[in-house]
Amino acid sequence: MASSNAGSSRPLSPHLQIYRPMLSMMMSIVHRITGAALYVGSLLLVIWLVAAASGPSAFETAQSIYGSILGQLVLFGYTWALIHHALGGVRHLIWDTGRGFDHQSRERLIKGGLIGSIALTVLIWVVVYATHGATG
Amino acid sequence: MRTPLGQVRGLGAAGSGTDHFWLQRLTAVSNLVLSTVFVGVLVSLAGDSHASVVATLSNPIVAILMLLFVISVVVHMRIGMQVIIEDYVHAELPKLLLLMGNTFFAIVVGLSAVFALLKISFGV
Repeated sequence: MASSNAGSSRPLSPHLQIYRPMLSMMMSIVHRITGAALYVGSLLLVIWLVAAASGPSAFETAQSIYGSILGQLVLFGYTWALIHHALGGVRHLIWDTGRGFDHQSRERLIKGGLIGSIALTVLIWVVVYATHGATG
Repeated sequence: MRTPLGQVRGLGAAGSGTDHFWLQRLTAVSNLVLSTVFVGVLVSLAGDSHASVVATLSNPIVAILMLLFVISVVVHMRIGMQVIIEDYVHAELPKLLLLMGNTFFAIVVGLSAVFALLKISFGV
């Protein structure tokens, strides 16, 4: 990994594979992965907006792609990534103030973030389908 | 007259102090508020016709909030991806190219979204 020119025999500091996987660690990794996914996913919003700005026919094309089963699955994943990253961000903002580092608070924040992200994502999509029907 | 210590105090290893850290927190807070609005707007528009989407997005309040959302998100995602690149890419040239590409991507995404939102607002 390290392309160091200082000789390969030097000791490296312990990295991920040294530690027993824990939920807080997985959530931290997923926070970064969802961030990167949202980065790429920003193109979805740009394409949708540019299609809307281009006129009805371009917009209908975009809508039919986003409304397809694959499109809906991607948008569902995008929603979860957004909510998960947002809740992870709240957790980090709380930690930034120096609060919530004891074992119980830590576990509560971690589990709350995971369960909350799934619950909110499902809730959003239930509302979408309930108010707009199966066409999304 | 500044002593050598005075010139680096508070700037850290990156030489740019805590600006980067602070900007990420600042935009994290604005993202929380603005992405809530964004999700609300998209849920209300899901699957709607072009006319209906254009009518909603050209409402000044909606348009301003969407523009703020885009700017806040683009700034946040650019420095977020910068940290990822700096963490994993250590060879100088690939790192520089990726950091450049990262900035270009953020600008293209931000400008395209802003242009589209303004065009929708001012008339397709």
